[in-house]
Amino acid sequence: MTNDAAGAPPRLELRRITKRFPGVVANDGVSFSVQPGEIHALLGENGAGKSTLVKIIYGVLHADEGEVLWNGQAVTLANPHAARRIGVGMVFQHFSLFDGMSVLENIALGLEGKSDMRKLNDRIIEVSKAYGLPLDPRREIHTLSVGERQRVEIVRCLLQDPKLLIMDEPTSVLTPQEVERLFGTLRQLSAEGCSILYISHKLQEIKDLCHHATILRGGKVVGECDPATESTRGMAQMMIGAELKTLARRGARPRTATRFNVDNLSLATDQPFGINLKSIGFEVAAGEIFGIAGVAGNGQNELMRALSGELTVAQPSSIRLDGKPVGNLGVEPRRALGLCCVPEERNGHAAVPDMSLASNALISARNRMKLAVGGWIKHDATREFAERIIQEFGVKARGPESAARSLSGGNLQKYIVGREILQTPEVLVIAQPTWGVDAGAAAAIHQALFNLAQNGAGIVVVSQDLDELLTLCDRLAVLNVGSLSRAIDTADASMEEIGLLMGGLHGMSAEVPAVHGSAQNVA
Amino acid sequence: MSLKFEARREIPRWLVYGTPLLAIALTILSGYLLFMILGLNPGSTLYIFLVSPLETQFGLAELAVKGGPLILIATGLAIGFRANVWNIGAEGQLTMGAIFGAGVALAFWGDEGVWILPLMFVAGALGGMLWAAIPAFLKTKFEVSEILTSLMLTYVAALVLSILVHGPWRDPDGFNFPQSRLFTEAAILPVILEGTRLHVGALVALFAAAAAWVLLTYTVTGFQIKVVGQAPMAARFAGFSQKGTVWFSLLLAGALAGIAGMVEVAGPIGQLTPQLTPGYGFTAIIVAFLGRLNPIGIVLAGIVMAISYIGGENAQVYAQLPQAATGVFQGMLLFYLLASDFLVRYRIRIQSAKPRREVATA
Repeated sequence: MTNDAAGAPPRLELRRITKRFPGVVANDGVSFSVQPGEIHALLGENGAGKSTLVKIIYGVLHADEGEVLWNGQAVTLANPHAARRIGVGMVFQHFSLFDGMSVLENIALGLEGKSDMRKLNDRIIEVSKAYGLPLDPRREIHTLSVGERQRVEIVRCLLQDPKLLIMDEPTSVLTPQEVERLFGTLRQLSAEGCSILYISHKLQEIKDLCHHATILRGGKVVGECDPATESTRGMAQMMIGAELKTLARRGARPRTATRFNVDNLSLATDQPFGINLKSIGFEVAAGEIFGIAGVAGNGQNELMRALSGELTVAQPSSIRLDGKPVGNLGVEPRRALGLCCVPEERNGHAAVPDMSLASNALISARNRMKLAVGGWIKHDATREFAERIIQEFGVKARGPESAARSLSGGNLQKYIVGREILQTPEVLVIAQPTWGVDAGAAAAIHQALFNLAQNGAGIVVVSQDLDELLTLCDRLAVLNVGSLSRAIDTADASMEEIGLLMGGLHGMSAEVPAVHGSAQNVA
Repeated sequence: MSLKFEARREIPRWLVYGTPLLAIALTILSGYLLFMILGLNPGSTLYIFLVSPLETQFGLAELAVKGGPLILIATGLAIGFRANVWNIGAEGQLTMGAIFGAGVALAFWGDEGVWILPLMFVAGALGGMLWAAIPAFLKTKFEVSEILTSLMLTYVAALVLSILVHGPWRDPDGFNFPQSRLFTEAAILPVILEGTRLHVGALVALFAAAAAWVLLTYTVTGFQIKVVGQAPMAARFAGFSQKGTVWFSLLLAGALAGIAGMVEVAGPIGQLTPQLTPGYGFTAIIVAFLGRLNPIGIVLAGIVMAISYIGGENAQVYAQLPQAATGVFQGMLLFYLLASDFLVRYRIRIQSAKPRREVATA
């Protein structure tokens, strides 16, 4: 979408926005504008300043310098309340919904003032139909898939009749079919004149969807382009500011000894809205990278905990490491045998945010790396090990004494992955290896996983990111409501086939996902 | 208009250690105003309260006598608090420790033997551990909040003590006073400094604080306690047992509180009485927080608290202040400490109901 010929002002214009935090300039003189009806991509690595910028537009943060123009007039957005009032809506990456409440109740909570519930109910049905976002207002959130939850958030925004919709990494949790459906909705909104600010690092999506892209790096605008004509590689290079390294992909290798074997693993969940694991089975050979795909909330957490040993199973032989049954062993005994894990959540699970990087090395490496002997911590050895991780994995940190929380997401992830890989595990189980991680760090993590596999380890990658799994894995299977599909070779898998496995096993027809069921509920 | 609390992004380190000093300063200032309102000479009353305990050798020794049990108990509590185990019932564990220690003293009443005191230490520790084991069991088995159980057990312990001193353990020659017999020589802690009541209890407390510091700084167990407290999920990932940590920290705190109770009866009191302490078990909670849950800080905080006890007694005698003044002082100190801690972590923002500058739309 090009500039308005009539010279009408852009819907949103940012002029030289600067925002400083102690020790860092998050946005440095950022200027760009979004026309009415334009789908505008905001592209950048993690830490490039996208979130800060968006928070300023949504009134959560306030710029130190610069102005925000709305339809040509300077505005001050004191808080999200004010932003919503002029017509800015935002769908956050992490949803803010109450699991135990209905769609209607959740939406009513997010609206300003008191709502007439019956009218609201009708409005929700009306809006959701108009934009192809089928929703039953009476369903409780915990019964919804992630894609449906996102619809709740979008409908909540649409009810306020936004003129600008901000979408923060909206597709990271969707199946390919759900992505297509979302794009349909966004294109419809755009055609009706609603501007969309689309934040993502998935370049192919931006090419498919967006009219214009602004690329941020280090808090500054480093480029603008028309995504339709610019290559993804070109955009990636602007984003990273360097030539992209091509991954040293390994060729096909003969299947060798089985290192990791999961056989008929069943586990009842201990969580209120958890998923029971049902007869899960797969094998990982030496040097193989095995992927477990699936939309979040299909038992990934339970599977991770069962594989790592945080949950033990009664039948020891349902998990075997180099033939040795370990199902009944806890985390440390499994680790001692060479099974290392990287949990999905960095903060508070894989790492303790308030502790130093050195202390965080003790969390999982204290015994394998002999950082503690006979119950006594060897602080020097611990610091050296942390220093080694920082060096070898290019972690940007002041040193081993930096608190884990002071690192950016990508750097902390590199540290955590490094911590496990430097322990030379026999088998590594890793969840969401590059979730919320910038492209540079993601490439480094992928390369490290390749190298580990090259040296004969078996690797299990649990991820929602299909592109990532197709890049990394030799074979993959899909986890759906606690069951694992058959494994397919990634070499001959198509996106469609995997997408159908992901959505299809949900108990709905993959051709018309969810529309049918929900429409009936509504009627 | 509304008040909003915003978490601060970064908390400077000096502020974390500065807040106890700020709290002490504010307490003194409030005390000054309080004494003024009561019609006393605020300067001299404060002097009696805060400085007079430090002026004589006897006063200094008393500081150690009172500070010892506070430090001992607070050290145990702090380790629990670090692990998110909220043992509020140290007073009950102290009482049980005193009962067990006194049991040994009374069982071997009149006997000579250097083994009696060590046995009393062991018995005191076991008594406290036993009492702390109940909340630990209920917490790990049924997920019952240890805050409630440990606190309630304090009152049970007080009743057990009352039964004993009114009944089976009452001194037969004690004119029906609810007290046990006075312990004999072999069951009394030796005085270290002639002319004072200073006994080995203070040294035990310092040793415990030093040991706790080593535990927290150099051992995997100490690391485990911190990880369990700060990030339970990470603790599971690390292979640390949550339940084990609950048991460890409660038993440790129980043992130290039990020893503190035994040291009281075998030291300054010399017999079992219905009212053993001026609430050391509860005051130790303040000491633990005033000392930033850090064993070295706890030693300093224990001394500050001991001053408030002795100063309070002095003020009763010389300034005719009511006994409650000590409690008021300690309460203010905790109040200011919590308030300044909160303000270090959060900043207050006053917001008008409507955004101050309304937005102009085209």
